[in-house]
This record gives sequence, C-alpha cells and structure tokens, in this order.
Amino acid sequence: MKIQEYQAKHIFQKYEIPIPRGQVALNASFVRQIAEDLGDKVVVKAQVLVGGRGKAGGIRLADDPDEAEDIATEMMGMEINGFPVHKVLVEEAVDIKKELYLSIGTDRTNASPVIIASEYGGIDIEDAAEEAPEKITRILIDPLIGLCDFQIRRLAVSIDLPRKHWKKFTQIANALWQIYKNDASLVEINPLVISEQNGLVALDGKMTIDDNALFRHPELADLRDLDMENSFEVEAQKYGITYVHMTGNIGCLVNGAGLAMATMDILKLKGGEPANFLDIGGGASAEKVSSALHILFSDPQVKAVLVNIFGGITRCDEIARGITMALSEHNHIKIPLVVRLIGTNAEEGYKILEKQNLPVAHTFSEAAEKAISLSGVKKK
Amino acid sequence: MSILINKETRLLVQGITGKEGLYHSELMRAYGTNIVAGVTPSKGGEWVLDEKIPVFDTVQTAMEVTEANASVILVPAKFAFDSIYEAIDAHIPLIICITEGIPAMDMLKIKTILKTSETILIGPNSPGVITPGECKAGIIPGAIAIPGTVGVVSRSGTLTYEVLYAMKGKKIGVSTCVGIGGDAIIGTGFIDMLSMFEQDPDTEKIVLIGEIGGKDEELAADYITTEMTKPVIAYIAGLTAPKGKRMGHAGAIIEGRAGSALQKIELFRKAGVKVAEYPEDIPALL
Repeated sequence: MKIQEYQAKHIFQKYEIPIPRGQVALNASFVRQIAEDLGDKVVVKAQVLVGGRGKAGGIRLADDPDEAEDIATEMMGMEINGFPVHKVLVEEAVDIKKELYLSIGTDRTNASPVIIASEYGGIDIEDAAEEAPEKITRILIDPLIGLCDFQIRRLAVSIDLPRKHWKKFTQIANALWQIYKNDASLVEINPLVISEQNGLVALDGKMTIDDNALFRHPELADLRDLDMENSFEVEAQKYGITYVHMTGNIGCLVNGAGLAMATMDILKLKGGEPANFLDIGGGASAEKVSSALHILFSDPQVKAVLVNIFGGITRCDEIARGITMALSEHNHIKIPLVVRLIGTNAEEGYKILEKQNLPVAHTFSEAAEKAISLSGVKKK
Repeated sequence: MSILINKETRLLVQGITGKEGLYHSELMRAYGTNIVAGVTPSKGGEWVLDEKIPVFDTVQTAMEVTEANASVILVPAKFAFDSIYEAIDAHIPLIICITEGIPAMDMLKIKTILKTSETILIGPNSPGVITPGECKAGIIPGAIAIPGTVGVVSRSGTLTYEVLYAMKGKKIGVSTCVGIGGDAIIGTGFIDMLSMFEQDPDTEKIVLIGEIGGKDEELAADYITTEMTKPVIAYIAGLTAPKGKRMGHAGAIIEGRAGSALQKIELFRKAGVKVAEYPEDIPALL
C-alpha cells in the first residue's frame, strides 16, 4: 500500500526527520490560509500516488497567498497521469544548495534490506542509476543486526557530505531504518536537500507499507487513500478479491495469480484484449464468485467474460453455484460467459451450469478463442 | 529417485489441528504420504487423522519421538515466522511452507537465519512438493500428476496444476514437482532446484514456470547456459501485466525493465531454452 506524501511526512515528523513546515488542504481557500500562516513563498504540491508529478505541473511555487490560491484552484481540477487531484500539500519554500537521495528498500536478489544514497538526488535519480551506477551507493543491512553507524558513515563519505551534516544525516538514516523495520517495504527521501538556513531537510517523502503486515499496524491501515484507487479495485478488495483494471473488453475470473496472468496472456496472444486481472484466491465461496462477477458485469467495457478455474482447494461446484447466483441476480444482462472448470468437482460444476446453457470449454486455448469470438471485437 | 521428498520422507505437519491443516493432512495421507506427527502449540498429547497421528507442542519433541525429517507448514501468516524459525532451530532438513501473506520483514529475518543453517526452506506461498506415486507434501492435487522423468519447478500454484494436467493428458510423467512460492522473498530459488534436478538420475528434462518480477528467472537463464546439461523448457506468465501494478503475488511487481516477462523470455531463448507460448503448449515441447 502506497501512502501520500503528506502522510509519509507525518510519519517522518514522528521519527524526528526534518521536513518543511506545511499543511495539507482539500480546497483552495484553505490553501490561501495556510500560505498566509506560513508567511513567505510557498510550494503547492498535488497529492497523487503516481510518479512524474513534477513534470506534469503538480508541484508549483507561489510568491504570495493569492497566487497559492489560484494555483490550488487549477490543480484541484487536474488529472495527473490519470489520477485526479483531491488534495494539495502547501509548504514553505526551502532554499536548496544541493539535492541528495536517501532510501531504504528491499533487495530481492540478495533477500536483504538495502540502504541507498546518492549525491545526485532529485527527479533524475533513475537516469543516474542507469547511466552512472557508480554515483549510487548501496549497502545491505542485516535485518537481525540493524543499520550500523559505520554503514551510515560509509554512505556519508561516498556522497561527499560535509562533516557538519553527519550528525543529522545519521539521525535521519536511523529514523528511516526504524520506519522500514516496522514494515514499510520502501521509504524514500528524494530529494533530501542541504539548505542554507536549515541544514538537511526531507523535501519529499515516499512510503510503501507491506500489506501483509497491516495486521500488526492497525493505525497504518487507516492511511489507505480509497479516492486514489480504481472503484472496481476498491470494491474487489472488500471481498478479498485481487483485481486490477485494464483496458480491454474480456472480463477474466480466475483462481490464482499465475493462472490469472496466463489467462490474460493467452487472450492477447489469440487476438483478444483482457479487461482486467482478477484472482479470486484459493477455496472461494459461491458468494465470492458472485461478487466477482458482479464487478465484471458493472464494467461497461466488458463484452464477454471468461471464467477459468483449476480446482485444487477451490471446488468447481462452488464456483458453478456462484455463477448461477450472479446470473439470476443479473438476468437483464446479456454479457456472454465462457466457463472452463477443471479439477476438484468439475463434473458437478458443469452439471449445475447445464440449465444456464452457457458455452463451456475444456482446453485453455478453446476457452480463450470462444471468449474472443463472443466479445465480438476481434482485433487483427 | 526424485528430489526433496520420496517414499522415505517422514513428514511433520505444523498447524495440523487447524481447518486447513487437518483437511490437507487427510489428503496427503490418502495419497500415501507418511505423516508421522503434527505440531500445534498447546494441543500436544492429542491424536488426529483417525486417532493415528500424534500431536506435539514443539517441533523438537515431535522430531525426537517420531524422527520426522521434513515439515509442512500450514499455520496462519501471523504465526509463520515463529513456526519456520522453530523448525530451523530444531535442525529439520526440509521445510515446505504453504502459508501465504507472511510479512516481508519476517522473511528477511528468516533468510538471515538460514545462512547459518543446513535446512532447506521451500516457499512460503508455495503449493508444496509432489513426487508422484511416492509422496505429496502440500496442497497440489494428487490426481493431476503421474510418475515420470520430467522435473517441474514453478513460482505459481494453479498455473502449475494447469501444466501438470496438460502433461498428464499427453501421458508425460513427473519425477518431482516443486512450487518454490510466489512471494518476493522465498527460501529457495530456481537455481538450487535446477541444480538438484541436474544431479537427479531419474530426471531427464526440466519444466520451469516463471512469472514477472524479480531476477530469479534471469539468474536461472545464466545458470542454464553454464551449468545445465539437461534440456529445460520454460513458460513465463505476465506478458500483458501492466507495468508497476501488483498482480496479487507480492513478488509479481515489475521494477523498470528488469523483471518483465519479455526480458525473461528473451534471456531464456538465448540460453537455448524452449519457451512455450501458453501452458498447454508445454507437452509438445517435451
């Protein structure tokens, strides 16, 4: 789960990482008030969970409260890379002497936490990573020992950090480790700026929380920003269904993430376009299946639905009952459904579906081909 | 022969008295797996599975009494760190962790603990391991695989079933099928499995099922080029997955260009691996 910049900064503040003074606002008149309180030039920052915000005009400097209000009015109506702006963060403008980069994340290949620093912070850090990897220092952290002072010193030396900032840098790095250790899978300050007046300041903050660990951090679960997520995705989440919206016209209902991806791939391979990724997980009940179909039926893009189930823990008769339930609730809907059931209780499943007179398929490719032809819009 | 498990495997089930634990233990036993013990803290002294399998409070006692040499873990995610560490600490040679949704931090700690241990950890978020006709440890449906000479290693669950089923349809049998798990941080990766299959005299060919995310397939492609003499056939899921989106598996996140399905497929082809376009295509390539 990604959280917004202003939320990450709240957490930074708790761990005593220096951040610019500021406040989040839901409307332009409050933006003016914040700007007046801050007194000087301010920066207005759109709060969206997507990259490329600066380049899309989502971060702007205002000389006075009037300008801040105007900018906020404009921003609130904007979409940034497909995400509407509902909130802006208003902060004092900070003088920037130098932009650094500092983060802690997970290195999958080494199966280890890794702290990363660079003296080339800012929006071009990814280019730096590709073009000049030697400008980026990575140090693995032993999760049982934690981040050590000598490791932080090595980072400070590698990014040429003046000695007078070392103490603060050590404190910030240690704070990031505390945040990461408490189940953030990524915590990033980019840029971490050296300013004339205030020394080191975290100008931006990104944080991802490990969804699997939310059970031990109920306070973090409340940070989820439902506004920022696709409404079908939010709906799916309620039922414990993993759903990702896509742009095609064939709705997919599958058990298991790997099989769900393979189902999307085969549709594409045969000339169709998947409308979504949908994994109902293992051992799904009829109710869950029915809710999943309900989501697919509510999507105006969907012209045909492909149900692809390999029963292991999942029982195909339960799936068939779910399909029957959904169809009886949506008898006005004329979206064709192709069903493929294999494995546990598949025969019972097909028997339950007999009355519905649905097209069935026994092989993977047959199922995909039928769904594509029923979707009516075959591309090349 | 086979890898990891066989007729001699004496299996312990951690979480045997839970709903999932009991259900799958019954299926494993019906398949012919030699389950010798269960562990559930504070249920020690009870008997399950027709009163034939003893339950212990700790892995250590269970191993002392029953000489169990492998453990399947079917406990809820919030208890999984403790269960895995307990089994490593008791020096069990093999752990197969089925549990899904374990916090990454817990697994990072386990990975560090494993560095000083002889234990092999398969999973978590694994469907298990099956050596057809001999032993099944986990939740892979027993009926979909027949004994044979093809080793199967996969990061996925139901997608693996799909492949096993397609192989069975063409009467192609399996030496051992290993689900290494779909999470970002797992105990054992493709390379260790490839190396075991390479050394197993009864495995002639290997099927590798990968997906987007991480670099494990990329490393496997290198390993195949330099170390493998047996032919490898691969399938990679996720060509159509949108960039940066999470596809259910915590592991399946594309990070930039690295980890994309296309890159993995290209590297496998360069390594001389035949790559199937879809799962049902695999038997034809074997």
